[in-house]
Amino acid sequence: MMAEYSAFSLLANALKGNKDWKPAWRKPDPKASYDVVIIGGGGHGLATAYYLAKEHGITNVAVLEKGWLGSGNVGRNTTAVRSNYLLPANTRFYEHSMKLWENLSHELNYNVMFSQRGCLNLAHTPAQFDDYARRGNAMRHLGVDAELMTPAQIKRLIPALDVSGDARFPVVGGLMQRRAGTARHDAVAWGYARGADRRGVDIIENCEVTGFLRDGDSITGVTTSRGDIRAKKVAVAVAGSTGRVMQLAGIETMPIESHVLQAFVTESLKPFIDTVVTFGMGHFYMSQSDKGGLIYGGDIDGYNSYAQRGNLPIVDEVMSEMLALFPGLARVRMLRSWGGVCDMSMDGSPIITTGPLPGMYLNCGWCYGGFKATPASGWCFAWTIAKDQPHDLNAPFTLDRFHRGLMIDDKGQGANPRLH
Amino acid sequence: MLITCPYCGPRDVIEFTYQGDGNRQRPDPASQNFEAWNAYVYDRLNPAGEHNEIWQHSGGCRAHLRVVRNTLTHEISSVAFVRGDHGSAARRKAEDKA
Repeated sequence: MMAEYSAFSLLANALKGNKDWKPAWRKPDPKASYDVVIIGGGGHGLATAYYLAKEHGITNVAVLEKGWLGSGNVGRNTTAVRSNYLLPANTRFYEHSMKLWENLSHELNYNVMFSQRGCLNLAHTPAQFDDYARRGNAMRHLGVDAELMTPAQIKRLIPALDVSGDARFPVVGGLMQRRAGTARHDAVAWGYARGADRRGVDIIENCEVTGFLRDGDSITGVTTSRGDIRAKKVAVAVAGSTGRVMQLAGIETMPIESHVLQAFVTESLKPFIDTVVTFGMGHFYMSQSDKGGLIYGGDIDGYNSYAQRGNLPIVDEVMSEMLALFPGLARVRMLRSWGGVCDMSMDGSPIITTGPLPGMYLNCGWCYGGFKATPASGWCFAWTIAKDQPHDLNAPFTLDRFHRGLMIDDKGQGANPRLH
Repeated sequence: MLITCPYCGPRDVIEFTYQGDGNRQRPDPASQNFEAWNAYVYDRLNPAGEHNEIWQHSGGCRAHLRVVRNTLTHEISSVAFVRGDHGSAARRKAEDKA
């Protein structure tokens, strides 16, 4: 199809006062039935709809969103994209995602502002540096780029960073993935939404799923705040609300806890840091947006929460970590903070699978790494829905892996969701 | 978020360590019931609303507490010692102090 957005269309519309742009997606009323209903209009749900239509030719699809499009985690994350995992199942999956990211703006004809500015993990002890070397080797073994950096190289890359021996936690080196970076998260939601819409997918906002239609054990549709909708296949991609939605289907327990993760942005600064940096002596990550604000975050609050807002101890901890790395930021003002609800799984890895009931498909367990996974999650979930079996890339991410002892625990934390 | 420790009184959440879901039933250590162990280790109710959970006052009296907290509002409706006998011991201590 012809590109809707191009230098020519921008110019032509500018000359006509920008009155003729088509809305990026329609606002259809729900039909009585679809081939596939996707619950959740976040990044993953929209990407799933897009790849169902594009890769598998399934266009009689509805995406049901309780609020407005992109109001959940896809608009709340800190936008980092990387594939620097240790375990092969994760590395392969996230590297597939990275490759989709690299072509995403072109593919969607929508500028998602994917910027491969690199992601640097700082090591603060020789043992940690060894551990990063191991992870870097594991990545390179699977064809993912990784390089170790010395403090002198790091100083050249990030002049503001305190790499002196006097630092609170001296930097002994780092692991760099140059192809990692950031993307504009709203544009990812809007780009996938438009791509799906133009292929015939109905995106239905302000439509809350209130229950499931059943025929015995099988799921045959959903009841919603906008009426009943029948579907041959019902896909659930609701991140932090997974437990609530599965309870509507009569599944009482899941290997998931919902936790709140906070994120922060400062006032706009002149160019300060042109990569993503993570702190190794705690949990802290930071990058700078194109508007100039420093975007950063740390650990989840650490207790079950659906509140989309956190408490002050984590704010205090994240600020302390920031200042341990960048003492020069002490007087920069924080502009906003917010929270998102993360579906923390028992091993820190996601679930993309058929079932657990006939007619149902499940995508959850993203912990706080869901944004970078958006393209591959949608791609693999679409495959799983279309073919009723997982792709090789998501075959390890089953729901019953806990039961079978096949955990994918990248951090080795055990079944303790607050530590992943 | 403030948690009112039955022994120490209202304290900031930073003094406490979250020990997780309090609904889980630990099987007898000698039990070989695979399903019961699996449920204990991996399965969570994860409710949106009142949640029965265990906290430890690790920065205070170190008692383990059974807390009922609303996961939508963070409102705490009840706090009690996990062990009843700890409760009576604490009460005796409090009376001694008085």
